[in-house]
Amino acid sequence: MKFSVLVNEGPYQHQASDSAYQFTKAALEKGHEIFRVFFYHDGVNNGTRLTVPPQDDRNIVNRWSELSKQYNLDLVVCIAAAQRRGILDVNEAKRQGKDSNNLADGFRISGLGQLIEAGIQAERMVVFGD
Amino acid sequence: MSEGVTKKFMYLNRKAPYGTIYALESLEVVLIGAAFEQEVNLVFIDDGVYQLKGNQNTSVNSGIGVKDFSKTYRALEDYDIDKLYVDKDSMTARGLTEGDFIVPVQVMDSAQLAELMQQQDVILSF
Repeated sequence: MKFSVLVNEGPYQHQASDSAYQFTKAALEKGHEIFRVFFYHDGVNNGTRLTVPPQDDRNIVNRWSELSKQYNLDLVVCIAAAQRRGILDVNEAKRQGKDSNNLADGFRISGLGQLIEAGIQAERMVVFGD
Repeated sequence: MSEGVTKKFMYLNRKAPYGTIYALESLEVVLIGAAFEQEVNLVFIDDGVYQLKGNQNTSVNSGIGVKDFSKTYRALEDYDIDKLYVDKDSMTARGLTEGDFIVPVQVMDSAQLAELMQQQDVILSF
């Protein structure tokens, strides 16, 4: 089965991003295809590499990056939602005249069209949110 | 990208228009979905029915100082979005009637909504 995943909540604050990760990992391990994971609303906060969780806790951001590397998983952060919340890649930081960027490895920033495309391409869209 | 493919997208709006950003950002997805020429079905359920209520006043002087985006719902018909459904139980539980809404809607009971959901290809819940 070809899935797309939508993550609507931020890490640590809400279990949705943990559940989305567990689902995505399990699906990939079972041999299913994940067309794309799209991060929207506070979900974009899953993509900041400046997260510093306590050492005895899971590192949600790194976990996504590692999964992306292992399975060549497409992790897309919504640009409009990201800009509101201060998530920038190198190019966006430059374009907006900001002094820093914080997008984690394996993530990319793009538009909402990528969410619609994810819905078109996948057989199932699975939404994780509040 | 995905030329020629048209799927039935349902946007399930469950949250009040203010207090959280879900309603506003949902509307942004709806407009993009329409631009991609996908079928748009908008459902308003639970506190989401408040999104369509008329006479919203959010100005700095007399309200919460947040942009009133309710007028965008009126612009939806310019994008050929005319399938707007309101959950009857959610509406009546909040003391609202069809006349309170700023755009024409179709009021449905939960059995009808369930049937409509069954027909969708993609359901995005906000």
